[in-house]
Amino acid sequence: MSILITTLSIGLVLAVLGLGVHIAFRVFGFSDITADGSFPLGAAVAAALIIAEVDPFIATAIAGAAGGAAGAITGVLNTRFKINPLLAGILTMTALYTVNLRVMGKSNIGLLGKATVFTPAESLLTSLVSGASHCTLLGRDVAVQDLACLAVSGVIVLICSVALWWFLRTEIGAAMRATGDNGAMVRALGGNTDRLLICGLALANALIALSGGLLAQLQSFADVQMGIGIIVLGLASVIIGQTLVGGGASVGVSIVGVIMGSVLFRLLIAIALRMGLDPNDLKLITAVVVLVALVVPSALGRVRPRPRRSMA
Amino acid sequence: MSDRPSPSAASGERVQLKEVFKTFGVGTANETHALDGVALEFAAGSFTVVIGTNGSGKSTLLSAIAGTFRADQGTIAIGATDVTSWVEHRRARFIGRVFQDPFAGTAPTLTVAENLALAESRGLARTLRPLLRRAQRDSWRERLVAIGLGLEDRLDDPIGLLSGGQRQSITLLMATMCAPAVLLLDEHTAALDPKSAEQVIELTQRAVDRYRPTTIMVTHAMSQAAMLGDRLIAMHSGRIYLDVSAQAKQGLQASDLHALFSQMRREDRLDEATTAMLRAQYS
Repeated sequence: MSILITTLSIGLVLAVLGLGVHIAFRVFGFSDITADGSFPLGAAVAAALIIAEVDPFIATAIAGAAGGAAGAITGVLNTRFKINPLLAGILTMTALYTVNLRVMGKSNIGLLGKATVFTPAESLLTSLVSGASHCTLLGRDVAVQDLACLAVSGVIVLICSVALWWFLRTEIGAAMRATGDNGAMVRALGGNTDRLLICGLALANALIALSGGLLAQLQSFADVQMGIGIIVLGLASVIIGQTLVGGGASVGVSIVGVIMGSVLFRLLIAIALRMGLDPNDLKLITAVVVLVALVVPSALGRVRPRPRRSMA
Repeated sequence: MSDRPSPSAASGERVQLKEVFKTFGVGTANETHALDGVALEFAAGSFTVVIGTNGSGKSTLLSAIAGTFRADQGTIAIGATDVTSWVEHRRARFIGRVFQDPFAGTAPTLTVAENLALAESRGLARTLRPLLRRAQRDSWRERLVAIGLGLEDRLDDPIGLLSGGQRQSITLLMATMCAPAVLLLDEHTAALDPKSAEQVIELTQRAVDRYRPTTIMVTHAMSQAAMLGDRLIAMHSGRIYLDVSAQAKQGLQASDLHALFSQMRREDRLDEATTAMLRAQYS
């Protein structure tokens, strides 16, 4: 039960990563791999600030802002200097590796015993169950601390997804969606597509760094290596989510799909690990899952006739 | 929408091109003088039809006005404003545009209503207000009823589900709904079936009559060229080959234009033959 709750918490925290990847890859159709640098950047900034006794909520917000700056750099490299999206992402990500080491001053920081964004909820919940460290839920023994983490993760994901849903339906947000759809049209209608892309990538990487900062606090350490392959993990949530809700889903439903995809993927991994999967094989498995999810729908589409399009 | 200028009877502004040059592929074997010192003035509210063979520079002329690229030389002014150094999205406040590709003017995953809303804020600063506001729906519905394609009940459908003709009609509506100073039509019926093309031409004529933008229409359909507009320009090799004013244009038949076209094609072939000969000589 405890493993299940922890898995759900991680799944929810990584859903925020999924939302960021969704903005770059799905909304803009921009293959942004800055995530491999901006995710650990979020973790590094949050951890370093928490160690420096900064309030954890402020530390997490600054972590998000740092990710936003990283995303904006990738956007500027692509729009201003016409660097290919993948290469722009690689440049930012590589540079961030050094930045992350500098921010932390070493390759990892432990946060055990430090106050995090989860701490207030932990103490609140502990006082509710009159000081016990464990309680019973559905007949199982669970750590109060884990429950508090789950609740906080859930609230954060809820806030992020509602905010994103609202934003994508504003004038600016809709112009961003249209930019990914048909940039020439947006320019013809007076939209500055370069600026929209830069802001969009900033928003995407702010969410990704926020996710990194939260994960560092959830697992009580930040490591400079924690970003390796994270973009594939984020893509896995996005693609699984898309498979669940369908490609033509509305803004809101797509967001729900990403969250479901992230949680589901985490559960699958937890089950696989429990059944004896070597953690070293995880990245390979993740890559294969993404590959299969990418290939199977189009392979199926060739066999199955496409749903009829209405032609009035 | 109180922050929006209401469409006045005549929205058109004069468009002036002074000695505009544009060369593509400079220094390569494919160097082409798409615009070779074009000097043109389009009177406010005029409707000019531009014809020409492939590669004659007629689409480049529209792109130069729209600001898709910067001219190598020369100046371009809309009304009293010199827009030569303005980028495309900045010029958009003056310009409504419809492309040849019926899918190029709309964003497929956005709904019909969202596309219309984006067009309604053409050239205005975008904000964090919700894009769709209830108050606009009735006016959009009215405009869609006026098109007469039964699209008024499909405001909330992704526009990607509509046919090419329907999307081009909506693109035209989007290009004209804010009463632009200049309306650029780039072979906007060429990719449509004859019936849809006819509908879009009729809508074009109606929008032009209503808002009187300075309209420049590129077409390959000689019947359209003979029938529409009050001025006809034929382009050839990046230059103005023929400029027919309103009175002379009235006597023009589609057959006259076909004859003109054959003549331009012959000259094209002659040019090509000369080029080939020169190349054979000197390489």
